[in-house]
Formats: sequence, C-alpha cells, structure tokens
Amino acid sequence: MKYVDEFREPEKAEALCREIAKLCHRLEKPIKIMEVCGGHTHSIFKYGIEEILPPAIELIHGPGCPVCVMPKGRLDDAIAISQNHNVIFATFGDAMRVPGSKTTLLQARAQGADIRMVYSPLDSLQIARDNPDKEVVFFALGFETTAPSTAFTILQAAAEEIHNFSMFSNHVLVIPALKALLDNPDLQLDGFVGPGHVSMVIGTDPYEFISQQYNKPIVVSGFEPLDILQSIWMLLQQLVENRCEVENQYNRIVQKSGNTVALQAINKVFAVRDSFDWRGLGDIPYSGLKIQSEYAQFDAELKFTIPNLKVADHKACKCGEILKGVLKPWECKVFGTACTPETPIGTCMVSSEGACAAYYKYGRLSNIAKKTIAQKPKVAITQEPLPACGFSSD
Amino acid sequence: MCLGIPGQIIEITNIKHKLAIVDIGGVKREVNIACIVDEQHPLEACIGDWVLVHVGFAMNRINEQEAAETLQLFQELAAAQTGIST
Repeated sequence: MKYVDEFREPEKAEALCREIAKLCHRLEKPIKIMEVCGGHTHSIFKYGIEEILPPAIELIHGPGCPVCVMPKGRLDDAIAISQNHNVIFATFGDAMRVPGSKTTLLQARAQGADIRMVYSPLDSLQIARDNPDKEVVFFALGFETTAPSTAFTILQAAAEEIHNFSMFSNHVLVIPALKALLDNPDLQLDGFVGPGHVSMVIGTDPYEFISQQYNKPIVVSGFEPLDILQSIWMLLQQLVENRCEVENQYNRIVQKSGNTVALQAINKVFAVRDSFDWRGLGDIPYSGLKIQSEYAQFDAELKFTIPNLKVADHKACKCGEILKGVLKPWECKVFGTACTPETPIGTCMVSSEGACAAYYKYGRLSNIAKKTIAQKPKVAITQEPLPACGFSSD
Repeated sequence: MCLGIPGQIIEITNIKHKLAIVDIGGVKREVNIACIVDEQHPLEACIGDWVLVHVGFAMNRINEQEAAETLQLFQELAAAQTGIST
C-alpha cells in the first residue's frame, strides 16, 4: 500500500540501525527514550525494534493509549448509561473489554444491554437515524486524533436536528499528560518520540515547552518501522550534538501548525475540563474535554444520571507505574499470571496499544525478564481476590 | 485506536455532508472529508488526493513530496553504506 510498504524495507532499516549504532558510540551514557503514543508501542513490538537497537538505548512505553488511561469510574459510568432502558450504546471495539470496577461493556452486553461496536462515530449517528424511538449514546474517547471526528459528528447531529443522539465524552489531551510526566521526579528521560497522529491535528508547535522549559528533545514520528528508526536516529543526533529541539520526522502528514479545520471543530464543540482523572496517573489539570454548553443536548453526562464515582485500581495492578514508565510490565505481580489479554486486570493488558499486551503478545522479553517471570509465584485467585471483571468466566 | 490508513479519494458522494469514496488498499469506503476541505481545497478538487483515514474521517492529506524526500534519504543512506562495505 502507498506509503506503508515503502517504509518497511529491511535493507533501509539495516542502514538506519548502523547509523544509530555509530551515534550510540558517541553517547556519554545509556539513554532512555519515551514513545508517548500507544500506536508506536504496538509498532515497536510488532517489528521487534527494541531487539535491533543497541543496548545503550532503552525505550519507555508512555501513556498514549487512550484505552489504557480510561479510569474505572468512567467505565462504570459508561456501563450505567448503557443499562438504561431504551438506550443503544455505541463504542469502538477497543473499549469493550476495559475493566470497570465490576464488569466490562462486553459483559454488560452479554447481560442484556444494547451495546454495539462501531468503526466511526458517524456509524453511531446512523444508528440514531435508524432508531428514532431509542436514545443512542456514543462512547467518545481518545486523544486529539479522534476528537475532530466526534466534534464533526455532533455538528452533523445538530445540523440534522437529531435529538435522540448524545455522546459520553472522555477525550483527553496529550500536552497536559506530557507536562505531568515531565514534572514527575521518578521519571528520568532523555527524550521523546512524539505522537504522529495527535500531532497531525495539533501540529508540532505545542511541544516547544518540552525543549524550552524541560530541556528535552522530541521528534514527532510516523508509525512504520523506518519512521520509528529514523526518529530515534534524529533524537540521538540531537543528544550527541547537545541540541534540544522539536523536530518532525512525519512531515508527510504533520504540519507545524496542525490541521486548522480539525482544531476549529474541536474548539467549537468541546471545552477543556478543569481536571480529568487518568487511570494510573490520577487527576491531571486541564487534561480532558467536555461538551460545550451550546451543544448540551448532545451531552450524555447531562442527559443521564451517572454514578460519577472515583474507583481505585486493584492494588495488585501496576498499570500506573507502567504508564509512567517507572516499571516494566513483567515487574508487575499479576503480569502473565492472573492478568492476560483474555483476562485483563489492568487496562495496559486490554488494547493492542498497551505496553503489557504488547509484551505479552509478542513475547519479546529480555533474558532477565524471562527469568523474573519464571521465578514469579503464580497469583492464586483464592488467596488474593481479584475484581470480577478480570475473569472472562464470570 | 489512533492509527490511520492511507487511501485515495476517488469520488465525491455527498456534497452537503462532505462525504467521499476513498480507495484504501483496494477496499472502497465512504468517509467524511470535512477536515481536509477549506478555501484552498474545495470539495471537487479533492478527487485524486491521498489522505490518511482515521475512524471514518480523512484527517489530513499525505504530502507526496515530503514522503518522496524521506524515502530518498533512506535510499542514500543505504547506498552510502553499501559503498562502505564493498
């Protein structure tokens, strides 16, 4: 496919790897690079990029998987909405298996709720057109990549005066999350591989604070293997030259000022929340989007009574530390034992963009990690009760 | 969730709702192209454009010149290293 296959050619990857190795010899110490986006995490594991990098480069998998950062309380709210009589609840497939405090959307559907998987928010609007006697609610989630599509869907619903349609907005913003990470003293990073498709919407300008205030380089990257290798090469060049800049590897898609039309739609439909709870990261100021009062009739939070409770993560689950890059997935007690993609306890095990699921699926573990896992005691369910949502047999 | 797939706009199907058929690796699907339409790029002029499709929306055009330049850089890098090793 155009601009996919061309960025996967092995001999070009080998050439980039050799350039990366050359630059590594000029580093004064081993370095840690965080790839913020879950899409990058998935590609890194899928193509074995970690394995072909010199040992002096450690990749830290960041919090850019929207499913992974969804807090339990918001999932409970979504399930509560879906259980309303007369509601058709529409969601992307990724969100179906995310554990709430008692159940998942998939389990709620099995118990009778009308929950439907859609490919696009426009599909949920079509469900509303087709079912005028039902209330259709779309579970809007994702970073700035997805926010324009949900904004345009609300604008479309308003233009057509579709009154049986609303959204439960859980959109989050990448810049406040990055700032929260950079302010965390536990985190020692030397640079960032910046999210490609978020940047397609917001541009590269919003990252300037990372280089100017925190003295870290960032390279916005595409998702193919050659994109990621080139981004790491560009970051290394900055580090060995003691430069600290915002650079754009993904310039076939990302412009400096982003997509103005998409940003206008977001600003028209959404307002920034004072604070939003992230799973594992806690409350982050100004990090979530709610629906503007002008479009209140499409706001499911106003249309339905929701529990709106904060629910703590299971104490055995280390998703929070993993999302911050402080722990590796295999260092979590339940990784690969009680927590697997089939029976996820934490969100990082749910989506293919989550670090735990990527480690589990592709099994690209270092010998140290394999030894650690082999020595881990199996977590017995009877000894340590785990939430019902963690087990598909429930 | 945040990934996109490249495709080529082949037909405008609904001017009012800004819908178009995009060929994504041989699969044709109707997508919303509101994000890539502005004064410089009217609806009708979008046919033939390569775009990145995400959750049913064309999110941005793919800049073919930038893509070609990046690929050229990789080509030069590989060629230079082949030269060194022989």
